[in-house]
Amino acid sequence: MEGMEDLVREFLVEAYEGLDQLDRDFVALEQDPGSKEVLGQIFRTVHTIKGASGFLSLHKLGAVAHVGENLLSLLRDGKQAVTAETTSALLAMADAIRDMLEHVEREQSEGDQDYSPLIAALTRLADDGPSPEPSAAVEEARGPATAAEAAAPAVAAVGAEGGRGSVAENSIRVDVNLLDTLMNLVGELVLARNQILQFTASQEDSGFLGTCQRLNLVTTELQEGVMKTRMQQIGSVWTKFPRVVRDLAIGCGKRVRIEMEGRHTELDKTIIESIKDPLLHAIRNAVDHGIETPAVRRERGKPEEGCISLRAFHEGGQVNIEIADDGGGIDPERVRTKALASGIVSSDRAARMSERELIGLVTMPGFSTAEKVTNVSGRGVGMDVVKTNIEKIGGTIDIHSVLGRGTTIRIKIPLTLAIIPALIVTSGGERFAIPQVNLLELVRLDGSQAQACIEHIHGVPVYRLRGNLLPLAYLDVELGHERRGGRPSDREANIVVLRAEDQQFGLVVESVLDTEEIVVKPLGKQLKGVPAFAGAAIMGDGRVALIIDVVGLAQTASLIAERRQAESGRQGGAPAAAGTRETLLLLAVGARTRVAVRLATVARLEEFPTSAIECTAGHEVVQYRGEIMPLVRLADVLSVPAASGEGSDEGLQVVVVRGSGGRSVGLVVDRILDIVEEDIEVTRHSVHPCIRGAATLQGRVTDLLDVDGILDRELAGFAGHLVPAAAGS
Amino acid sequence: MTKSCQFCTFLLHDLYLGVEVERVQEVLRYQAMTRVPTASSVVEGLINLRGQIVTAIDLRRRLGLPEREPGRQPMNVVVRTEDGIVSLLVDEIGDVLEVEAATFEDPPATLRGRARDLIRGVHKLERRLLLMLDVERTLAFDASGEAAVASGRG
Repeated sequence: MEGMEDLVREFLVEAYEGLDQLDRDFVALEQDPGSKEVLGQIFRTVHTIKGASGFLSLHKLGAVAHVGENLLSLLRDGKQAVTAETTSALLAMADAIRDMLEHVEREQSEGDQDYSPLIAALTRLADDGPSPEPSAAVEEARGPATAAEAAAPAVAAVGAEGGRGSVAENSIRVDVNLLDTLMNLVGELVLARNQILQFTASQEDSGFLGTCQRLNLVTTELQEGVMKTRMQQIGSVWTKFPRVVRDLAIGCGKRVRIEMEGRHTELDKTIIESIKDPLLHAIRNAVDHGIETPAVRRERGKPEEGCISLRAFHEGGQVNIEIADDGGGIDPERVRTKALASGIVSSDRAARMSERELIGLVTMPGFSTAEKVTNVSGRGVGMDVVKTNIEKIGGTIDIHSVLGRGTTIRIKIPLTLAIIPALIVTSGGERFAIPQVNLLELVRLDGSQAQACIEHIHGVPVYRLRGNLLPLAYLDVELGHERRGGRPSDREANIVVLRAEDQQFGLVVESVLDTEEIVVKPLGKQLKGVPAFAGAAIMGDGRVALIIDVVGLAQTASLIAERRQAESGRQGGAPAAAGTRETLLLLAVGARTRVAVRLATVARLEEFPTSAIECTAGHEVVQYRGEIMPLVRLADVLSVPAASGEGSDEGLQVVVVRGSGGRSVGLVVDRILDIVEEDIEVTRHSVHPCIRGAATLQGRVTDLLDVDGILDRELAGFAGHLVPAAAGS
Repeated sequence: MTKSCQFCTFLLHDLYLGVEVERVQEVLRYQAMTRVPTASSVVEGLINLRGQIVTAIDLRRRLGLPEREPGRQPMNVVVRTEDGIVSLLVDEIGDVLEVEAATFEDPPATLRGRARDLIRGVHKLERRLLLMLDVERTLAFDASGEAAVASGRG
């Protein structure tokens, strides 16, 4: 009896594999209805299942497989054409087989479902051929199929690759647990290797050193090898999607084609497992919400058949997955209304949100824009689950949508979770590991530089990294260490430039040691609430180092949230109404005048030597980033007497501003004072075209510049003059 | 329940505490530790136990007892829990004792402070009292070190 159970188990494993293959084959068949090769493959799979079911006396299963096989043999021999009707019947057969297999797995019987209608349908199709009416549909279906013919050889190639014959000889099945154990052991080995390598620094025996070198190399190769055994092609998850898309599309009365690119991209098995559901969900969303019905698509001048394209590729040690549809896109206004209706955001905040932020709301829990609840989506659990699952494995998700043109979801995930390269830094005498995926660059400033280059805006340290303001956080402050060596700016600074959720920030650390491959170990439950750390690793000397959770740290240091606020202010483009909260850059012009521009319009802060200023048609210009940028001396515009010459000798302080039309102009000012975020009350006292009003900022009266006004006034003649000149050069 | 039970005992300040012997994986001398900044002060640090990273809990702080005298190195009692292994830092290790169920009594109602939540009961031994530590509760605390499981204090 025991032997029998083993046989059943083996049969189940094989039959499930066969069914997966069937799903793929049926979709390939729809693309290329005549393919003998695919039909042969399907026939063989069904035949195998039938044969084994007879042997194991699973009679119902055998009966279903038998009639299916009959129909298939007719199709394979070209005695009947493949029609949508036959395909649907065969897919129903595959589903029935799957049901029965699941029953067998659970309760060792085929279950008591009645499959006679299915059997009858299959028999009728085999006996009479397809009814004449759907055969018209076949012709119609052929249209796109011929278009897809170019892709057909690729499909066939995949089929051949997935075929049992060649693979079975060269591969064996290995228990995943065994692979996990191996992975852990290799992790230990890597640690031991690192420890030995540290010893070799103090050794001189060349024989010993040579052996260590070899150990080092072999360990690295072994590590790579074991990692590879856990790697799976992302295609193994994707195989189910064509079927899902087909079924869904038919269910919604839509026509959807799925295109896949990069199915050979490899990922760690654990990661593959955890992205399966999020991807499926995103695709269902695309079919259900994204792609419009054929009628609507025709109206909008798009091809009736919608297209979902899946793309996977490696980039910078990460795997990128893109799910793009050419459907209706997300309507930010509808998101706004929905978000308000479901109380996700306050009306105040909703009014201020940018388009991108609104689209981001789609990933909030309890959000759905679907007009009606379908059995697919619209239940309010959706993109938030996708987002949480992706973030759980250290990935990020980004939604980009153009109304009427489609939506693209970009997912970035790490290759593997187990062993990662990391930068080792110190703070308060302890070592910390920063995952290299978050790392952009390192900046080192010596004592005097650090003092000069790290500036403070309202007590918040910033550093000008190639003209962009980089907010800084001190690791020892964030970790609550006692700061050593007095004021922060008195000593050298090592700035680790990091990226967290598309924002950059600089982390000032005590020292930067090295990069090292670390084995990530989880922290205990007692430390789950600590946002600054993602895990721990054992270092070469056997001590434990904590792995910094860059996103978590940025949140604790409120770097991310702050930037977001700035962004919403920027996008708001609020008119100069009373009581608006704005982020402003304060500038000094002349001896006493203070002016402010909206930070949102400021592209960069630059300093030009006086010699760089050239002249064209009576306008002062500088060459800036491959363009000729006009300069506007604010002192002249505002008719302010120039300051008493002390600051302006060494160079020009220039604020590069960008107007609504994308035009740039450099405003020459005397000093850059500060950045403030305040509720300002604007008094419209001025009739000057370049000033939109005045307000009291930091207790002093400040003119608010109208950037577009300045651009219009100052560039009126200039732009026309420049265009032919630029074309000539 | 069986009539007698084995306890691994240890000393902590002026308390004589015990943990079921099945829960204890091993007892270690003081290990070099990596501190976890921003975590609760109850977490003393992380130790490397043969490649496994184990959180060490300062039992004195957890129970609200005075700090250990400087220079005195604690011992690690590594206990198994539902969420993996954790090390409890104690002053001194005692014997493994076999105690009778008959000597058990609930903690006195006058027992106050954190100990009220974490001590499950008392075994009246001949010469002294053995307090039974509730390991799961001991390890259930949030970032601030306060008990995550709120329970009525008399």
